[in-house]
Amino acid sequence: MKRSLLAFFNAMLGSLRDLLPIILVVAFFQIVVIQQPLENIAEIFTGVIFIVLGLTFFIYGLEMGLFPIGESMARAFAYKGSIFWLSVFAFALGFGTTIAEPALIAIANEAADIAAGSGHIDTTVSAKSAYADGLRYTVAFSVGCAILLGVIRILLNWSIQYLIMAGYILVVIVTAFAPAEIIGIAYDSGGVTTSTITVPLVTALGIGLASSITGRNPMLDGFGLIAFASLLPIIFVLIYGIVV
Amino acid sequence: MFDQLGNLLLNTALDVLPIVAIIFGFQFLVIRKPVANLKKVLIGMFYVLLGITLFLMGLEQALFPLGRLMAEQLTNPDFIIASESITGALQWYDYYWVYLFAFAIGMSTTIAEPSLIAVAIKAKEVSGGAIGIWGLRIAVALGVAIGISLGAYRIVSGTPLHYYIIAGYIVVVIQTFFAPKMIVPLAYDSGGVTTSTVTVPLVAALGFGLAETVPGRNVLIDGFGLIAFASLFPIISVMAYAQLSEWRSNKQSSSESKTE
Repeated sequence: MKRSLLAFFNAMLGSLRDLLPIILVVAFFQIVVIQQPLENIAEIFTGVIFIVLGLTFFIYGLEMGLFPIGESMARAFAYKGSIFWLSVFAFALGFGTTIAEPALIAIANEAADIAAGSGHIDTTVSAKSAYADGLRYTVAFSVGCAILLGVIRILLNWSIQYLIMAGYILVVIVTAFAPAEIIGIAYDSGGVTTSTITVPLVTALGIGLASSITGRNPMLDGFGLIAFASLLPIIFVLIYGIVV
Repeated sequence: MFDQLGNLLLNTALDVLPIVAIIFGFQFLVIRKPVANLKKVLIGMFYVLLGITLFLMGLEQALFPLGRLMAEQLTNPDFIIASESITGALQWYDYYWVYLFAFAIGMSTTIAEPSLIAVAIKAKEVSGGAIGIWGLRIAVALGVAIGISLGAYRIVSGTPLHYYIIAGYIVVVIQTFFAPKMIVPLAYDSGGVTTSTVTVPLVAALGFGLAETVPGRNVLIDGFGLIAFASLFPIISVMAYAQLSEWRSNKQSSSESKTE
């Protein structure tokens, strides 16, 4: 009990450290540059406490439940040698970790609000949540494909730069056909996907895979999965914007 | 408020249901082994759920309003005119406090990012010390800071996002041919690593706030894009850093061989 309390406290310190630079910069600009009192400071203060508590529970829970099971599964599949199950697992891992990403949930909801506010979709709750879910599932599906592609790359030893360049060319081509209001959301979705949950689990899969194949350098071939996971969502969301 | 919390908890549970289904599906159907420490895993998952719920509530209450408010105050014509004597319509360079704020937020949040520190330590091991820990962290942070400032300039000036991104891609492709081979995968990854769960909502809110308050901007078209800048520019700055250190060590070794 004492140990878990200590771990919880450590997680809380970690979340505070993540937030501290933001608090410092905001405080500096409010006090020195803008020189205006913050409106509803009490609400912002309780909100910050929610964020610290939320991040703490989130990280603590990840380390307690999700990471051990995810990492042991990633390693088990990397060593198992069945290419079919490895591919299915790679896709599922990308899809599953992205669908639960808090930043993506927040941004998808915000995008739905903005799209409704500017008359692009209906302002009803169901229309907004349908838009937000559509966006989230598109992004998650594309990250699943990206991790799958990254795993195939490690297995077949393809060179990463040509794949990334091909991806860039695809982005440019699809952008030419996409409606203007989806472009910003699409380009942003690449960066949103790869944070707290995805990076550690995906890295575990990449490194486990690269170290179980002879002739692969775990550091060089273990990297690159995240790069695909930040590029493919752009293409898929652009296509989603064209189709919908 | 507790009503709201319960509602949000339910929604979040639906949001994270797929990952729970995937994990247990694989565990029972493919691996077919009992889960080690099942009770601990379940408690951990409940904590994750609770954490996301509280985090989203806090975002709605603090980070989103704060980002918008700061964008609003920094772009308020009264604030800009008070700090300087300006006549006529506001030009893009009158918004310099916005760019400075964007730079400071990008720099400070990236320098403290734990996953970046972990990656930097590993990169130093692999490169045999050629890529320094602080060198890489500063390179990535500078990339994010410049990226977000340029993104803020784009919103203020109202130029199309894809021109910047495509230009950035071209720079990345050119650099890829000249950068040391071992840095390329790491550089490509560093774009995705930097944008953490806390940074993304604040930076996004800054973009929405800017697009709302700068006259003539459409939130749906101009409000997004800051995160895209923050994930593209570190790729450029990390490769530039590697090129610079390679060039420096080449120069050093060639001058050493001359003196010998």
